[in-house]
Amino acid sequence: MAETQLALKDIQVNVAVGEEVKALLTDINLAVHAGDFITLLGNNGAGKSTLFNAVTGDIPLAGGSVTLAGTEISRESPEKRARLIARVFQDPKMGTAPRMTVAENLALASRRGARLTLASRKLNRQLAEFKQLAAQTGNGLELALNKPTEQLSGGQRQALSLLMATMRKPELLLLDEHTAALDPHTSAAIMHLTAEIVAREQLTCLMITHQMEDALNYGNRLIVLDAGRIVADYDAAAKAKLTRADLLQYFG
Amino acid sequence: MDLGVSAIGQGLLYGLLGVGLFLTFRILDFPDMTVEGTFPFGAAVAVSAITHGIHPLVATLMAMLAGMLAGLTTGLLSTKGHIPVLLAGILVMTGLFSINLRVMGRANLSLLNQANLFDNPFLKSLPLYVDSVVVGAVVCAIVVIALILFLNTQLGQAFIAAGDNPTMARSLGINPAHQQVLGLVLGNGLIGLSGGLIAQNNGYADVNMGIGVIVIGLAAIIIGEVVFGQLSLSQRLLATVIGSVLYRFVLLIVLKLGFDPDDLKIISAIVLAVAIMVPQIESRLRIKRVLRNGVKANG
Repeated sequence: MAETQLALKDIQVNVAVGEEVKALLTDINLAVHAGDFITLLGNNGAGKSTLFNAVTGDIPLAGGSVTLAGTEISRESPEKRARLIARVFQDPKMGTAPRMTVAENLALASRRGARLTLASRKLNRQLAEFKQLAAQTGNGLELALNKPTEQLSGGQRQALSLLMATMRKPELLLLDEHTAALDPHTSAAIMHLTAEIVAREQLTCLMITHQMEDALNYGNRLIVLDAGRIVADYDAAAKAKLTRADLLQYFG
Repeated sequence: MDLGVSAIGQGLLYGLLGVGLFLTFRILDFPDMTVEGTFPFGAAVAVSAITHGIHPLVATLMAMLAGMLAGLTTGLLSTKGHIPVLLAGILVMTGLFSINLRVMGRANLSLLNQANLFDNPFLKSLPLYVDSVVVGAVVCAIVVIALILFLNTQLGQAFIAAGDNPTMARSLGINPAHQQVLGLVLGNGLIGLSGGLIAQNNGYADVNMGIGVIVIGLAAIIIGEVVFGQLSLSQRLLATVIGSVLYRFVLLIVLKLGFDPDDLKIISAIVLAVAIMVPQIESRLRIKRVLRNGVKANG
């Protein structure tokens, strides 16, 4: 059995709604093994994105701890955790700086979490490497290296976000419905690219999706969240036997 | 002719204000109200320092440092105190009014009979108003080149990214709050410098000289954009300086047309409003043209 890469222990996240305190996540205990590619399913409001935010530090924990690659990170700032955790958002606009060029975005991502210095960015030296990197997307991104990202299509932007998240190998990759805003064809292409990169780089990855087919077809483990709790956790063997009908029971 | 040269000189000296504001308004994407306090703060510090016998060059640098301090205050109020940045700027601007009175000891302080930066023997030997053009051009060149170099460093790229997309910046380990403070410090440093130079050029500092300067700075940025259109970020810094000079000419023409100097502020506001609306009006007209052509093609 592979070693534990991400350990969530008794995670509790609350939100204050007026006078009352509402629990967004309750008793989340999860051991993610190195190299796991986990798909996360759940209704709207089940707590999937909240779980990601708890891991990245974008919302405070009311209890519990997050341990990544052997280090407890529960008290570290989101900026500090970004050294270890990469994330791709649902909205293609969220992952890239619109007025900066593709190459400039890649250069920033190549130093994710590194100390910022007054050294020159030396963009030209990285261009050949970026071109090669961008070519694997198969959507012409390598021809747009000097274009501002706001001029890219949604698919190109999301492919770029994915490259930016993975070019410096993260300890954990979080995909937050990263294909949901794309048309079916583009969505399939990005999913394919995702699987390829995750396998090649042997990344540990959690992927939120609303597409049951994607949840079944990709990854080696499937988790279902409901009302802030983990209600099902299928390992590779159980997941292989899982059908769409089995999953539908969770979505009443 | 003299008036034209004077307009260029003043335009360049105010250009620093425009460039300082560009860092916050265009790169970080918020209007920094601190400006209206920083500009007279720089002026007050420079003039007071000179009247206390400090060398004009040192006094000018002190004006810049004073501006940086003001920017730092706004930045900390906003990022550590969680006061919305617009309000933080207004608070610092208001507070600075009292500080400026304290610094000067009165509402208006003259440099009469005090040697300032423009009394340098070389500058004195130049024709009337050309001294301000030389000083303005040299300082603007240094500042613009330094900023272009900065924006192309790793830190500079992170600064741009933080303004462009804070969410993305955070996910790459860049703290947008730090970048916001950096932008406010740098921007207000330049605005304090601009105030210090303008005060020496005018021969006095006045506690009210900050009123409406944010409009002057924004006008420089927006006139530069309207005139030059699509530019790279580095080019836009230069366009802002040129926009500042053009704005001086607009004011000159307005005065030549016989308007009362008392009306300058409302005219400034109208010029800025029109300049902001020009691109929208233009694009709307273009839409109409396209529609018209479409109708013609079908009819």
